[in-house]
This record gives sequence, C-alpha cells and structure tokens, in this order.
Amino acid sequence: MCLAVPGKVVQAQERNGSRIARVQFGGIVREAYLDFVPEAQVGDYVMVHVGFAISRVDAAEAQRTYQLLEAMGLLEGEGLSPASETQEPGK
Amino acid sequence: MKYIHEYRDERIARGVVADIARRVSRPWVLMEICGGQTHTIMRYGLDELLPPEIQLVHGPGCPVCVTPLEIIDAAIEIASRPNVTFVSYGDMLRVPGSRSDLFRVKAAGGDVRVVYSPAEAVKIARALPERRVVFFGIGFETTAPANAMAVWMAHREGLQNFSMLVSHVLVPPAIRLLLNSPHNRVQGFIAPGHVCTVMGYREYEALSREFRVPIVVGGFEPLDLLEAIYMLVRQLEAGRAEIENQYVRSVSYEGNLPAQRIMEEVYEVRDQKWRGIGTISGSGLRLRAPFAAFDAESIFGLTEAHVEEPAECISAEVLQGLKKPVDCPVFGKRCTPDNPLGAPMVSAEGACAAYYHYRRHAIAT
Repeated sequence: MCLAVPGKVVQAQERNGSRIARVQFGGIVREAYLDFVPEAQVGDYVMVHVGFAISRVDAAEAQRTYQLLEAMGLLEGEGLSPASETQEPGK
Repeated sequence: MKYIHEYRDERIARGVVADIARRVSRPWVLMEICGGQTHTIMRYGLDELLPPEIQLVHGPGCPVCVTPLEIIDAAIEIASRPNVTFVSYGDMLRVPGSRSDLFRVKAAGGDVRVVYSPAEAVKIARALPERRVVFFGIGFETTAPANAMAVWMAHREGLQNFSMLVSHVLVPPAIRLLLNSPHNRVQGFIAPGHVCTVMGYREYEALSREFRVPIVVGGFEPLDLLEAIYMLVRQLEAGRAEIENQYVRSVSYEGNLPAQRIMEEVYEVRDQKWRGIGTISGSGLRLRAPFAAFDAESIFGLTEAHVEEPAECISAEVLQGLKKPVDCPVFGKRCTPDNPLGAPMVSAEGACAAYYHYRRHAIAT
C-alpha cells in the first residue's frame, strides 16, 4: 500500500491547475502529479505513489549508497577484517 | 529499472549479511513497521539469510489490515446504495467485513470501481454528475497527501457529488503504543521509508530519544533492508540508541513540505481505531470543517457501531509483533488468501499473506 516506484520524468505540463508529468517506469509511461515536488524537471527521477510524485530521487545518494554496500561485499570477498568506521555506509 | 535493480544484487547482499554476522554477539529482536518491507523480507528470504541471533518481527504497517471492521461495514453499506459509485484502491475489495465484502457488493450489481490514484476518483465524479461518487480514503502518511489532494481538487472545482470515506492511520502513535506495552520485546525499529519521505523523521528522532531505542529509516529493496538491519545491529552492539537514515535517496529530515502543507490544510488529528489493536490516541485523521461537505461518514449519516472480530483470528497479536502468522492454528487451513478470516491474510502486504505466499511449503514440510 505504501509502495512507491522510481520513474523518470519525460514530460511535464500544466492542466486543471496542477503540474502533471509523464513518468517512465521501465517500459511503461504513466501520468503523475507533481504538486508535491514542484522542483522536479524533465530527466529527474521521482518516487511515485498512487499517481503523485512524493520525492525527487537523489541520484548521487543512490549511487553512493550502492557503492558503499558494494565495498562491503568486496571486503568480504577478499577476506579483509571488518570495515573500519570510515568505510561504513549510511553515515 | 534504475534504482531498483542495483538494490537487488545478491552478491552484495551476501557481503552485507556477512558483515552483520561478524558484528552480532547476542540475540536482537528487530521490527519492520511497513507491510511493504515485510513483503520484501519474505519474498527474498532475507530473514533466512541473517544470522540466527537476529529475529525480525513484523509490525502493524499494513493500512488495509488495520482498517477497522466498522469502517469496512460502512463502506459496504454505502457501496450498496443504488445511486452511489464507490471508488477504492483494489486491496480493499476482498477485505472481510462482519458479513460481506466490497467484491460481493460489486458481484451483486453494485457500482464498485477500482482505481490506482485518488485523482481518478475525482475524474469519475466529474464524468458522472448524476451519481454520488464516494472514494475510500485509506492509508498511512504516504497516501494521506494524495487523498487530501483529491478532496482539495473537488473543493476547488466545486464538485458536489464527491465525498471521501476517511480512514487514515499514523505510524508514530502506533510505535509509541508498542513501546509502552509491557509485552514489548522489540529492541530496534526499521521506520517506514515512504511514510518518512512525506513526514521526515523528526517524530522518530523524538521516539528514539524518549524510549532509548535505535530507529533506522529504511527503504524497500533487499539491500536497503539489509543495510538498515546492519545499522541497527551496529547501534545495538555499541549500546547506542539513535535515529539514522538509510533511505537517503528519498528521505530528508524535514520530509516533503508541500505534501505536509496539504495534509495540514485538509485534515486534523483524531483518535483512531486500528483493526486488531483497538483505539490509539491521536493516530488518525479526519477532514477539517471547511471540507465537511466531502466527509462521507457524516453525509451518509453512519452511526458508530462496534463489531467483534472472529474469535479464532490472532491478527491482533500478529499486528503487534507478539506472534508470527504460523503460530495461528487456522493459518493456511481455514484461513487462506482465497478465504481470509482476518485482514492480514487479504492484502499482499499483510504478514499472514506474505507468509502464505512465500513460506507455506517450507512450513508444510
């Protein structure tokens, strides 16, 4: 019920007093209201819940988190000791 | 799909699990609040990857499951009226009321329609001025702003045939109830990432301080959840109790301010009954006076009723993390997704349905 899916804004226009985007989710394009993320621009990724964008995905943070997690996996693979505090994710 | 596939990488997941295992020195009980997170955990078998010291219990975060029986009965009564077009999220149609469900109302010829977005309900009201269009406005804080927007749009357009049956629930008062319970055994919480996308995590910071309990705001992909568990374990092992945010790509401390503003304009806080749990003070929302003309409960003159749950359903204990679905004597026997006795078996995000879909074969052997 609280599912929100990331999609890419491919177009945005005003209609009935709201800014409405066409958002691409994989191969599907659906409409989403941008009332809650007025800063979203074409090309941005937004999290969409029940037809409303609720956040603009921070692409840099998404990438950084992923790389930190990946580093944990690599350390494991190389049999190194537990990550020191500076290498831990999420801080 | 970007930002989904990356967070499902099994090789990386195993690395994170190994790091969790290295850090754990004793048993810890952790709770994920949100049903969407429960679903991910069961679907990917994350609980089975974790070291045995980590026990995950499942929280009350399925709005379909906690919508009170009385409201389901009210929805059924309104939807059965000949001049009403009743519009709902699909999950609600099969939730059992005390005698029937919305799907049966539809099968008997009632005009019950499923939508993906509350904006579609407003569109239906525009297109059918001769019908009374009632939208079933349920959900947590994630959904509340979208539902509020539907009411706000109807108000702006002067739509007189649109109303909303409101049954919203708020997460922090439910966490407070769990933490105040003498039966509580949860030592760390994964806070719901999409609720916090809207609301931020100020309220969770306050809970963490007041109850000295670690809380990590978590996302919904397998790696998000494993990282959130890792962050909780790291805190618990170090004797810390803080708020941390794992889901930084969507959640900020302040949350989504435009969404909070529309909620504030349209709703006020009220006490709310949760199915299986009871009334929790300040845990619900109702429409403010300027929007009273859109309140289906008062328009249709529904009276307060009290309805008892089926005695053999243990959903109250499941929703509070005191029991697992498999502890229920009727789980998978008399109670299945095709014939649910309680709401957690109905919604795909209900803990009972998640266990049924992903675990029943393991349980049977």
